[in-house]
Amino acid sequence: AALKDGLRSQVSAALKEGRVTPTELCQRCLALIKSTKFLNAYITVAEETALKQAEESEERYKRGQPLGILDGIPIAVKDNFNTAGIETTCASNMLKGYVSPYNATVVQKLLDHGAVLLGKTNLDEFAMGSGSTDGAFGPVRNPWSYSKQYKEKSVPKSHSKDEESEWVITGGSSGGSAAAVSSFTCFAALGSDTGGSTRNPAAHCGVVGLKPTYGLISRHGLIPLVNSMDVPGILTRCVDDAAVLLGSLAGHDPKDSTTIQDDFKPFELPNLTDVSKLSIGIPKEYHAPGLSSEILALWSKAADLFKNAGAKVVEVSLPHTRYSIVCYHVLCTAEVASNMARFDGLEYGHRSDVRDSTESMYAATRREGFNDVVRGRILSGNYFLLKQNYEKYFVKAQKVRRLIANDFGKVFRSGVDVLLTPTTLSDAAPYTEFIQEDNRTRSAQDDILTQAANMAGLPAINVPTALSERGLPIGLQFIGRSFQEKQLLTVAKWFEKQVQFPVIQLEEVKRHDSGVFQHQKSASFS
Amino acid sequence: QKVSVEVLEHLEHLALVDFRDWEGVERLQKAICFADQLHEVNTDGMEPMDSVLEDRCLYLREDDVTEGNCTKELLENAREKVEEYFVAPPGNIPLPKLEERETFLQGS
Repeated sequence: AALKDGLRSQVSAALKEGRVTPTELCQRCLALIKSTKFLNAYITVAEETALKQAEESEERYKRGQPLGILDGIPIAVKDNFNTAGIETTCASNMLKGYVSPYNATVVQKLLDHGAVLLGKTNLDEFAMGSGSTDGAFGPVRNPWSYSKQYKEKSVPKSHSKDEESEWVITGGSSGGSAAAVSSFTCFAALGSDTGGSTRNPAAHCGVVGLKPTYGLISRHGLIPLVNSMDVPGILTRCVDDAAVLLGSLAGHDPKDSTTIQDDFKPFELPNLTDVSKLSIGIPKEYHAPGLSSEILALWSKAADLFKNAGAKVVEVSLPHTRYSIVCYHVLCTAEVASNMARFDGLEYGHRSDVRDSTESMYAATRREGFNDVVRGRILSGNYFLLKQNYEKYFVKAQKVRRLIANDFGKVFRSGVDVLLTPTTLSDAAPYTEFIQEDNRTRSAQDDILTQAANMAGLPAINVPTALSERGLPIGLQFIGRSFQEKQLLTVAKWFEKQVQFPVIQLEEVKRHDSGVFQHQKSASFS
Repeated sequence: QKVSVEVLEHLEHLALVDFRDWEGVERLQKAICFADQLHEVNTDGMEPMDSVLEDRCLYLREDDVTEGNCTKELLENAREKVEEYFVAPPGNIPLPKLEERETFLQGS
């Protein structure tokens, strides 16, 4: 079995039939993590515990009693999820050395299904950012920077030093998770999505990134950013795998009272052949300023693809789209100001040596522990929450949030099943270019297409669509109705099959993967 | 309109986080400017939205003790502790006033 295989279709069968063992899979992934260390995708690699979990899984397969499709499957988890016995840092000095005493519910569920936890992935500090460049452990590099496809398209440079600085970002904030899945070091990874943090890096790294409906998956153990918008995100190499992960994670959690109590039934995705009953909405406001002509053309082609297959494709309007990023900015900083208040050095995390008074200790701890981005958001949030500003900014933003949610409601009630939009404004930028602008400006630009779904709590998914002229991935986004993940993923799977996104060609992977390159040289979408 | 030094100082007290330098203050100014765009939107008659799940009942569990007794685990991550207590410096001492503090805001 190759590292490239889909979970449900190939790896699961291979494990059951003994053609490959969980220990072999785990070892191959661990070796690949070592040889792709330059990507900086992982903060912590839990080698010992992973091998132990793989051994236990192997015992179960030998007895013919695997726990399910995920038994023995190597996965990675973003470092803002608590993992018992493993350091959880949120890529911040504030939590360096913090070893979680418990597992986040989603982590526990994965372990209960037999998954092998390889390690914790890198991110922007406290998940604030859209590049995975602003963490305490350094930036994450997009594996596509080292792909044959990208290198072929780059202008040849005379010095090898220049090649080094041309690497592109992963997007963020779940960049480590996206890079890990994209470079085959794991089969799936957990991210988080508050404003697009799973879908954005998924688009830049050419992987599937699913943001489930708010309330479907437990947030217990996910270190919170914005309580009313955060969701755990799922990153995989194909839509079917995302459905498998969703099946094992969704459902009510008594430890998270914001999870809905409806029964969740895991599902297998049908192979849709007839799209004539489908209505796809194209929101015109998503033709945002700054959208690259390449992505615009791809979006248009995708719409035509549905039309030619017999689906109903309609232009729709979400009039308050251009205010959603502003609204998000206010609500996000306000909730962040509140959520970051827990970091005072007293019970966990970094603690300053200052001991004159509690307040001065807290202030010094927070000065030493948080980076500029985090501090900036806390201060902005506190400003919007001041008595004199509360109505003007915070409550006003909450009213605008309702307008945005209503926009979506209206469109879905008019008969549209799924919306089709771009995920990002352009393909991944080179790191040196990306850091020219500050984090807040970048986030405001890059989150424009993704965060309205978080405002309205709707499920959304990035599907890798084609390569750009620079040889980098471009993804398109589907947004669905609340709790209609099955419909959303079914449409996404149909689209994925049509576009046949190319497999990344990485030297390191070739060396480690003794499996035959069984993948299609099929016509890519563009 | 620029944010006054009094408000900046007040924010540093409330947040227990410092602006550090003029760049930090600029960041706040830009954030406010950006947020001001909200006032272009007509929200007459709109109710504020706290949660997208507002139409549902929040889950409340029974008042039964189902977990606990984890003193040891909870204390493990604290840097300063004595027996079963977290140790904090003396409280009820407010941060020094602007004039007495070492902060760049003094120069304004």
